[in-house]
Amino acid sequence: MIYHPVLIVGGGLAGLRAAIAVHDAGLDCAVISRVHPVRSHSVAAQGGINAALGNAEGARDDTWEKHAYDTIKGSDFLADQDAVERMTREAPARVYEMEHWGCPFSRLADGRIAQRPFGGAGYPRTCYAADKTGHALLHTMWEQCVKRGIRTYQEFLVLSLTVREGRALGLIALNILTGEIVPLAADRILFATGGAGRIFGRSTNALINTGSGLAIAYQAEVPLKDMEFIQFHPTALFGTNILMTEGCRGEGGYLVNAEGNRFMEKYASKAMELAPRDIVARSIQTEINEGRGFGKGGAGGGYIHLDLRHLGAKKIKERLPGIRDICLNFAGIDPIDTPIPVQPGQHYTMGGIDTDVTGAAPVEGLYAAGECACVSVHGANRLGGNSLLDTMVFGKLAGDAMAESLAGNANRTEPAPEARTLLEEDLRKTRDRAHRLMAGDGTEDPSAIRDRLKDVMIEKVGIFRDRGTLTEALAEVRELKERVAHIKVRSQARVFNLDLVTNVELEGMLEVAEVIALGALQREESRGSHYRLDFTSRNDADWLKHTLAHRTPEGPQLDYSPVAITHYQPVERKY
Amino acid sequence: MPEDTFALRIFRFDPESGKDPGYQDFQVPRGGRSGGLTVLEALFYVLEHQDPGLAFRYSCREAICGSCAMYISGEWKLACQTQVGHALEGNVVTVSALPHLPVIKDLVVDMEPFWRNYEKVKPYLINDGPPPEKERLQSPEDRKGIQEMADCILCAACHSACPSGIANEDYLGPAALTKAYRFVADSRDTAREERLTLVGNEQGIFRCHTIFNCVTSCPKGINQTYSIQQMKKLVMKRNLGLQL
Repeated sequence: MIYHPVLIVGGGLAGLRAAIAVHDAGLDCAVISRVHPVRSHSVAAQGGINAALGNAEGARDDTWEKHAYDTIKGSDFLADQDAVERMTREAPARVYEMEHWGCPFSRLADGRIAQRPFGGAGYPRTCYAADKTGHALLHTMWEQCVKRGIRTYQEFLVLSLTVREGRALGLIALNILTGEIVPLAADRILFATGGAGRIFGRSTNALINTGSGLAIAYQAEVPLKDMEFIQFHPTALFGTNILMTEGCRGEGGYLVNAEGNRFMEKYASKAMELAPRDIVARSIQTEINEGRGFGKGGAGGGYIHLDLRHLGAKKIKERLPGIRDICLNFAGIDPIDTPIPVQPGQHYTMGGIDTDVTGAAPVEGLYAAGECACVSVHGANRLGGNSLLDTMVFGKLAGDAMAESLAGNANRTEPAPEARTLLEEDLRKTRDRAHRLMAGDGTEDPSAIRDRLKDVMIEKVGIFRDRGTLTEALAEVRELKERVAHIKVRSQARVFNLDLVTNVELEGMLEVAEVIALGALQREESRGSHYRLDFTSRNDADWLKHTLAHRTPEGPQLDYSPVAITHYQPVERKY
Repeated sequence: MPEDTFALRIFRFDPESGKDPGYQDFQVPRGGRSGGLTVLEALFYVLEHQDPGLAFRYSCREAICGSCAMYISGEWKLACQTQVGHALEGNVVTVSALPHLPVIKDLVVDMEPFWRNYEKVKPYLINDGPPPEKERLQSPEDRKGIQEMADCILCAACHSACPSGIANEDYLGPAALTKAYRFVADSRDTAREERLTLVGNEQGIFRCHTIFNCVTSCPKGINQTYSIQQMKKLVMKRNLGLQL
């Protein structure tokens, strides 16, 4: 049986940073990833990573405390303030570390790391590598893993997590290349599996972001926190919903409606295009809904223009080359002389596996970091540039915590006999499930269920919500859950069975969708990304609290936990 | 043949069937959800509606993760970045796995030879000095000098397209050599000598015959031959005892 003291699920920035921490503490660990690590979704991050370095002109007196406050205010005061302070205090160290490891950050004239303005931030604080910051960081992180010879199991799709008596013991995974379903035992397990974007239509996320880690943890009765908070990015390219970085606006781009107006003046007269994402996304959607967008009544919703033309060819080519390439290749337009058609698109999962600041989940031995975790540092709305930061700060903290908790106790080379027995039991169950999916007499078409789920979630659990649409969404998701029991995987192949890979996750996607819809229905207020047309104000008296969803046979059971407040009392957000 | 469909001709190989590999045609509607249709979307259409046994790699669908390099209508392309309308030959788009890598199944190749070369060039920054408290300074010009090489997405299109590599599988190939030059040219790297020794031999830069297939095939517009030629110059200078 494969055994490592520490197993890390996910080869994006959080997972790889954790692996480096564990390795550097002298412990054996391995990374399991459904794709080669450099194919992970971290690679697609564009605009940058926040750290109060004070490098940029006009940012000399920036501090980590100011970064913390901007983050807390941006979160609409739902973030845990102790966790935010931890993250922003450690931000410069993580950015400098990546620089020392070779990350090709863009530079100021004096050779220091360049920083650009981003939404909701009081200073130009976002360090960047042109508009391919995620690519620069992930490749650098992978290079460090290669240097250390960290073991990876690539193209392994984790199917289940084994938990007994409140303790995580291992995983069952599909080796995609051989079709084998195998157990992997560990004393500490980190989930760093990313978000659940692909539950929604109009998502900017990679196709692999199905939320499978969230579903697997939840199915093992690990609680999910604040799942109703889904970020819609203001500017996704119309048609394909490929991300158009906030850096476009950070560099000075305008948002313009069909009447030719910079409409953000109405919604955030000071911050304009650089208000936080929830506010800008709602503003764009309002313009479209009220008939001031383009493409009215057409398929795919309307759009407005992201206009970069006044930045000039030189700046666009230097600072936003990736955006220009995407526009040329995917929309057939050149932003140097044509405005970019954009609409809001699902972008980020603020909620996730409930963890503390060290990444520890309420199950012994289980940790989570990055987008799949909810520490919580993003609360009800994440600021741009804070997700890359989250991955590295909490990836490292989780790696350190796992190593420390095993210190002096990591000389095992194989799993404990009782863990082996329990994993073998779960292996049989998981193999049976895969066998049933492939050999059963199901009649439901899984792709029809998946397509319907995406439509329901974007139409009824989207930017604007109310009791009626959320109730309908919940009922529809539950109906799809009934139907998913009758799907059949049609391909019997063992080697690279994509039919199995894409459909084995469907049930879990529906469970996560149910948690999102129920959390949104119950939360009768508007906070950050969660906007209720029937409860339009924030209600701190009743709702300044985290949602926790527990799985039961009857569906999710919700309860609530307090928000950690250190220094900053909630006030109304104005930009 | 209905006018609103095209033939997606896929080179199939199923290691479990015992059947010979060969082309198979699928009729696919031209209009995708977003108006256009990429080759990757067409492959998903076949997977979901016509052949659940089809195998291909994917992830980001926006030309940054490097998963889906394939040989499409006679050119090395990323499936996600290629519009069907641009790849039609008559009413046919032909797709096969990256040439010159072992095929695992259909469009999925064994990337092991590619990653082996990547690891050989020590693909990470080496700096002997202790890290400073803050960042190592680098001028915008020096940064610009590594931009193109650092943009590589490791899709293996160039590796697959290189005739020198086809003739000799121990040749490091354009991707690994571009990675090597990315660090040779990085003002923060102190291992230039070691790196030039690593690549300055017949399995390295001197097996490049400047055929430029790598440049033609690169979906990110990177000039791998430039990197290789720069290192040839540096190695020659070093061998002549000149200042590098």
